[in-house]
Amino acid sequence: MEAASLGTKAVPKEEDPTNRRVELLLGALASSILLFIAGMVIFVFLKGFPSFAANGFAWFGAGGNVDEQLANIFNSPADPAEYVYFLRAWPLLWSTFLISATSVAIGIFVSVFTSIFIVEFAPTAVARVLEPVVKFLAAVPSVIYGLIGILVIVPWINDTFITEEMRESVAYVIQLDGSSVIAGVVILTVMICPIMIAIVTDSLRQVPRNWREGALALGVNRFRALRTVSVRAIRPAIVAAAVLASARALGEAIMLSMVTGSIGFAPNPFDGILFFFEPSRPLGATIVDGAEGLSVAPFGQTMYAFAFILIISTAFLSFAGWVARQSLAKYSVGAK
Amino acid sequence: MATSRKKQAQARARKKKVRTPGLWSLSDRIGVFLAWAAGLSLCVIAAVITLFMAWKGLSYLNLDVVTQSPEASLEQDKTGGFLDPIIGTVILTVMGAAIATPIGIGTAVWLTEYGRPAPLARFVEAGVEIIVGAPSIVLAIFGLLVFQQGFMAPFSFTAAGGEVFGRSFFAAGAVMSLIALPFVVGGTREALNSIPKHVREASYALGKDKASTIRRVLMPSARSGIATGATLGMARIAGDTAVVVVLLGASLQLAPEGGLPVIDVLKGTGSTLTSYVFQNSPAGEGNAPEKAYAAAFVLLMIVVGLNLAVNWIAKRGQHKWV
Amino acid sequence: MGVIDEEKASDNGYVPPLRQIQVGGTTEPISVAERIQEPDPLLQQEEVPYFDDTQPEWFEQIMRTESLSISFGDKKAVKEVSLPVNAGEVLALIGPSGCGKTTLLRSLNKLVDLTPTAKREGRILLDGTDTDLYDDTYLRRRVGMLFQQPNPFPMSIFDNIAYGLRERGSKRPRKKELEPLVVDSLKRAGLWSEVKDILNQPALALSGGQQQRLCIARSLAVMPEVLLLDEPCSALDPISTSIIEETIVELKDEIAIVIVTHNLQQAERVADRVAFMYLGDLVEYGVAEQVFNAPQAERTKDYVRGDFG
Repeated sequence: MEAASLGTKAVPKEEDPTNRRVELLLGALASSILLFIAGMVIFVFLKGFPSFAANGFAWFGAGGNVDEQLANIFNSPADPAEYVYFLRAWPLLWSTFLISATSVAIGIFVSVFTSIFIVEFAPTAVARVLEPVVKFLAAVPSVIYGLIGILVIVPWINDTFITEEMRESVAYVIQLDGSSVIAGVVILTVMICPIMIAIVTDSLRQVPRNWREGALALGVNRFRALRTVSVRAIRPAIVAAAVLASARALGEAIMLSMVTGSIGFAPNPFDGILFFFEPSRPLGATIVDGAEGLSVAPFGQTMYAFAFILIISTAFLSFAGWVARQSLAKYSVGAK
Repeated sequence: MATSRKKQAQARARKKKVRTPGLWSLSDRIGVFLAWAAGLSLCVIAAVITLFMAWKGLSYLNLDVVTQSPEASLEQDKTGGFLDPIIGTVILTVMGAAIATPIGIGTAVWLTEYGRPAPLARFVEAGVEIIVGAPSIVLAIFGLLVFQQGFMAPFSFTAAGGEVFGRSFFAAGAVMSLIALPFVVGGTREALNSIPKHVREASYALGKDKASTIRRVLMPSARSGIATGATLGMARIAGDTAVVVVLLGASLQLAPEGGLPVIDVLKGTGSTLTSYVFQNSPAGEGNAPEKAYAAAFVLLMIVVGLNLAVNWIAKRGQHKWV
Repeated sequence: MGVIDEEKASDNGYVPPLRQIQVGGTTEPISVAERIQEPDPLLQQEEVPYFDDTQPEWFEQIMRTESLSISFGDKKAVKEVSLPVNAGEVLALIGPSGCGKTTLLRSLNKLVDLTPTAKREGRILLDGTDTDLYDDTYLRRRVGMLFQQPNPFPMSIFDNIAYGLRERGSKRPRKKELEPLVVDSLKRAGLWSEVKDILNQPALALSGGQQQRLCIARSLAVMPEVLLLDEPCSALDPISTSIIEETIVELKDEIAIVIVTHNLQQAERVADRVAFMYLGDLVEYGVAEQVFNAPQAERTKDYVRGDFG
């Protein structure tokens, strides 16, 4: 009784100056994150602006060989008045989109089913082993995936799938050596799946037992109950997982620069089977490859333009994911 | 009606008892099959990656490669070891975590304990999420932009003409701290949120104000959550390549800068295990795959070790609140 | 083993022949081989004209357990319980907390099997057939369940009721086809008048009592033969409780009902028969008035008088 009355009396008053100072200090620290992000977006944009300005909307379009254009930019005359900026970035944008979207689409599918397996069908012992294994796979650095990709997967694709006729048919444009879209997509999928599986599995486990048992008690089979109640309920978590995975995929630079051939080529879906084995190079990998040339003013500016596209896309993705989660979050679990 | 029900029951009973068709539709069966297929392929992929890396790594790993510095050579045998990259990884990991931890704790405490005004707090939360999603290559070249500014000269190599080089362990460590930051924030917030309200109230009842409650009561309880977050962040730093490639450049040896001890290393450039693996793969300039495998194995061990540490900390620090 | 009370003959003096098999005395453990060989008791009875429509319907036995034991690890939750469930009746399982009544109930549609540590011995028969011979899903179609906490799915009211119908087969029925069934179920659960205008609203927006009746309607929609109720009113206010009790009494003509309850008054109000459990043992089983007014076993006496619990 006494403690209670003491408690109400002792609750600190809002006006306490020390407290106020602490709050302001911490608030300022936290808000500096926002300042930092704003600064990053603005400075990267300003730095990359000359590249956008010189090309206009055609920057995003297709036209010519993007690698030659980048080489011309890199070899610009030293005089700022004569800087070369001409660029048609479409092959790089297309490659970024193609590889990330495909991996994420496959990844969502695979990781939802894998999570269902872990949560519902795997024997307890297997599930207990699998969960740390998933965390382990999620933590494997991308350069290791890249190393396995370039030393094992790429030569394997080259030896197994690419025939001489295929090589000859495109010899005048590109060289097929196994470094390809498909290698990038496969390894990227393996890379992002564990992240998604970890999130989806966690939230599947959070689905109230009540709901699952309620569905089962209606005589609905285990898989259907899981699909129609549990998976439905964790849609926000699936969105969150997909967003996180997309951000990872969009920004993945090192691994993709190792296995996709690092050629600014836009793989053409109309090439049939060849499409999968064509090389390409997404934005992130382009920046990594160009890291040594950042000090060449126009080239560096072009790289910052790429970086701006990347940061805007990932920020937009995070925002879209946040909105999607808000609208789905009603009566759902695992919304993070 | 009752009779007919009985008859039905008997008819049912007379039928083959086990067969009750129509319970599992074709799509359900396919779904179950896919779930098993996906789960089993996960097992296979995990096993293949682990065994392959262990096999390759252990067959090329020896005492020499971890105690020698990298040498430039066209012959793989003469490329030395990767002592410098190991040191580089340690420097960056520690530095990144050291910078990220105080900022992360401050942010997390403000978000959970104050969080006013609410819209600002939500923006900060969104900001942390944007940092999670921001590609490390973008953070890296933004870092380069910042550290190339004139006022950042003390932190990296300055050329004779006054041009600031912008590449150093300082720069890389600062950017790496951003990669670790969301993990520290997340770990701390989770820990703070799990502390029940009555603990705070008990502290107020003893006459402590909010600031000292946070410092003396909440922080000690949140310690394991903070450690978990920081360790996860360190694992991510150890695994990041893009930042290293951009902010430390392509040199594999440590290249100290200036005369002061310790500071000279931090001000200079070098490499980490990730950039060593990258540079020695066919994608880089070194092309010494055996060394790359060995370094990748060491890197994997470091990352696994950090993740095990996370589990250990989390288990040890589990607080049971009544 | 507790004293299993031999059920007294009912008003009209009629004793169903099946009863001798199910209750009373000891039940010899049956080996697996015997279990399969053993002729189905219902089939055995087929030629015996014991059944006629003049008898109260509750003499028809729909389920029973035979020396059913359930343990979680080392802990035995249910010990050798043999208990019949009659159609057309409400059977109440009463007993102090932790006596195994909920576990027993959850075993009747094998929800207990979802707990990895649970072990079951003895058998559960539905219409005379060992339920182990059925797919769990099939069993749960015939034996529905209502839980302690109302658990509507995070969907609209309509979709909640239609859920069981939609997700049972391979082809999804159209909304038009479902509508009469949904309306009928809601009416039977006594909820129709309250929700008829808001069928598309989320079910979780309803009050607790309404949610629980929605769950009853959801179970009824799939037309089970037995409905298991696990303390359905413990989370509800008195008014909702009385509505649900009325619903239970109305439903018992169509569906055999087994209710687990802490509340003796509730058991008295709704139950036709009562089984008293204590520490996993079935202590007493009989017609409700008899168990409440003239209990045979000492522990039952103590419990219904309120001496413990």
